[in-house]
Amino acid sequence: MSDLDSFKLEARAWLEENCPEEMRVPMKTEDDACWGGRHWTFQSEAQKVWLERMVAKGWTTPTWPKEYGGAGLSRAEEAVLLREMARIGARTPLSSFGIWMLGPALLKFGNEAQKKEHLPKIARGEIRWCQGYSEPNAGSDLASLATKAEDKGDHYLVNGQKVWTSYADKADWIFCLVRTDNSGRKHEGISFLLFDMESEGVEARPISLISGKSAFCETFFEDVKVPKDQLVGEEGKGWSIAKYLLTHEREMIGGSGEGVTRPLHEIAAGSIGLEDGKLADAMLRTKLAETEIDEWAFRLTMQRKLAEAKAGASLGADSSMLKYYGTELNKRRFELMMDAAGHDGLEWEGERSEGGKLARDWLRTKANSIEGGTSEVQLNIISKHILQLPGA
Amino acid sequence: MALLLNEDEKMLSETAEGFFKKKAPVSELRKLRDSRDEKGYSEALWSEMAEMGFAGVLVPEDQGGVDMGVMAAGLLAEQLGRNLSATPFFSTSVLSASALKNSGGDLSKNWLEKIASGEAIVSFAIDEGAKHNPLGTETRAERSGNGFKITGSKVMVLDAHVADAHIVVARTGGEPGDREGLSLFLVEKTAENLSVERTIIVDSHNAGRLELNGVEVTAEAMLGVEGEGADVLEKVLGAGRAVLSAELLGAGSQAFEDTVAYIKERKQFGKIIGEFQALQHRASHLYSELELCRSAVLAALSAQDDGDKNAAKMAGMAKIKLGQVAKLAALEGIQMHGGVGMTDEYDIGLFLKRIRVLQELLGDGNYHLDNFAKASGY
Repeated sequence: MSDLDSFKLEARAWLEENCPEEMRVPMKTEDDACWGGRHWTFQSEAQKVWLERMVAKGWTTPTWPKEYGGAGLSRAEEAVLLREMARIGARTPLSSFGIWMLGPALLKFGNEAQKKEHLPKIARGEIRWCQGYSEPNAGSDLASLATKAEDKGDHYLVNGQKVWTSYADKADWIFCLVRTDNSGRKHEGISFLLFDMESEGVEARPISLISGKSAFCETFFEDVKVPKDQLVGEEGKGWSIAKYLLTHEREMIGGSGEGVTRPLHEIAAGSIGLEDGKLADAMLRTKLAETEIDEWAFRLTMQRKLAEAKAGASLGADSSMLKYYGTELNKRRFELMMDAAGHDGLEWEGERSEGGKLARDWLRTKANSIEGGTSEVQLNIISKHILQLPGA
Repeated sequence: MALLLNEDEKMLSETAEGFFKKKAPVSELRKLRDSRDEKGYSEALWSEMAEMGFAGVLVPEDQGGVDMGVMAAGLLAEQLGRNLSATPFFSTSVLSASALKNSGGDLSKNWLEKIASGEAIVSFAIDEGAKHNPLGTETRAERSGNGFKITGSKVMVLDAHVADAHIVVARTGGEPGDREGLSLFLVEKTAENLSVERTIIVDSHNAGRLELNGVEVTAEAMLGVEGEGADVLEKVLGAGRAVLSAELLGAGSQAFEDTVAYIKERKQFGKIIGEFQALQHRASHLYSELELCRSAVLAALSAQDDGDKNAAKMAGMAKIKLGQVAKLAALEGIQMHGGVGMTDEYDIGLFLKRIRVLQELLGDGNYHLDNFAKASGY
């Protein structure tokens, strides 16, 4: 038996034994996720136990080195573990920007003290992180960000404003892009700082969206003191860390919605009905079929690009292609779901519509092609890096 | 399912790429067209394709083929699509070879040998009307003495005018629309009461019409089991549509690449027009669509070889996607070329023409969308 096969059996047995039944039921909404952090209240004993057991195995961050709270698994072993979790429908024990975004960046760019300080707390779900990137005047043109960090000897003094900081009102720490130098090109002079959201001078206010309540906040910094050892990488070289993180984010957004979705035609058949075995609305039937075929081809493309990446090719600017296509497709999907739902899809409140879930989800998808780099920015990246068109 | 090529497939693809670029580039199609070549394809090229094993790509080794499967056939077709090469490959080596292989019997083996060696061209006569509709077949084969007498008309029979034999789909039972009652017959070109008309079509590739006015064939000329031709057809058409999708991928990709190269050269307003975002975004969108297309083609091709239970459905799905995107590549190609895109001198127009034909063959997007929805239960 290969090592991978024996790992599979071991993981399967352990998960059977240790994953509580309640944690094998699919999450209904984002609210069912476990985010951890200083102020986290577990929604159930099962959620707490599940997190503790996975933390003890190092399986909240399977590929991180053991000394930083991981399990030191290979990518292949991680894939086996994820498949085994999916097999029994096990929930992700810990949702975390620390795991998805900051962790990989710290592993690559952080110094030893920073890794030792932050990674284990991320892996254990003790500290919840948020991301401070966008600003009111730095959206697509992120590099023009203006939040200022002045050198005050032993610390930086941070002043400015961030926006679209997801869960800033619930996070314990922030990883934040700041400007330490204004004299050169805009991509230079950006630095990557970590600091505590309980620091003096930090304020986060939630933003309401067209879809209602949201995780997004606007976050204000007024004379926030940040010790100098909380700078990641070199001063003025934060842009390369930012880009590294954005690539991660793009892949996450492009791939979101996968696996959790019912075929469109089932949803439509439920509300519109069939006549002689065909969807009663012939025009909608055609559109659904076209979209389902695009969804099929897109899923295959995600698989193919992943397989190519495993075989050693770099995904590179194709992450922009996946982000662009995946988000535009998701918007199309929700437009069709609204078409299919008709009057029922227009309800905004009440139990019948689960609090207007479809309408709110539909509206929320409009952000897919804006957040993490707009579709237009992705097309610019493809034009420049893949097609190598002049002036792109 | 194979979404990455293995070493053998990579090698075949590279060999084919070099071969067709050198031996059958677009300029060769122009020569055949402009000289009003009687055959419409190069016999020398076809012989070389047989020597390379291309003609027998689906033919079992016992009959002299290389039996590399539908994936390999698709990789070859992709290169044919890139070069707009006019060869009897699709009619003979894909459709007819697949029909003969799936029917079995001595006659089939005999003709498979001739296909692999390059000795025979065998056309596949299925369509009868303006639109592809296999179950709508009206051509009749009635018992007559020891054999059958076939009556009917066939259109868009690829390579009909140069074929040594035709595989004719006809009804031995049932009514147009029925799945039951279809049978396949091998009709040699010398048969009496058979007339073949060459049709010159828009893409300068080769096709014709057959009139069968009581063509008499022996009982042995029936391929496979009487009345159960639909089962064989499902495999033939699955392979055919997957391979057409691969040819569309080649043609669409080449049209796209030619267009990108053009907008990197052409200057207006003192700028390279590729600097304009209005063109950049459309090109980048097309790039993304073509990436989806490649995945769809690879999945559809490998499904045919794997005997996937959804093989036929996936071939149709790929045909829909590829038809749409290759067409978009051609339309955007003409538009981005501007005025010169309308001239016969530039190749982009030839791609538009070829893609239009490929879209229509063995069912257009609407046909397959309807089938896809039905097969999905709506």
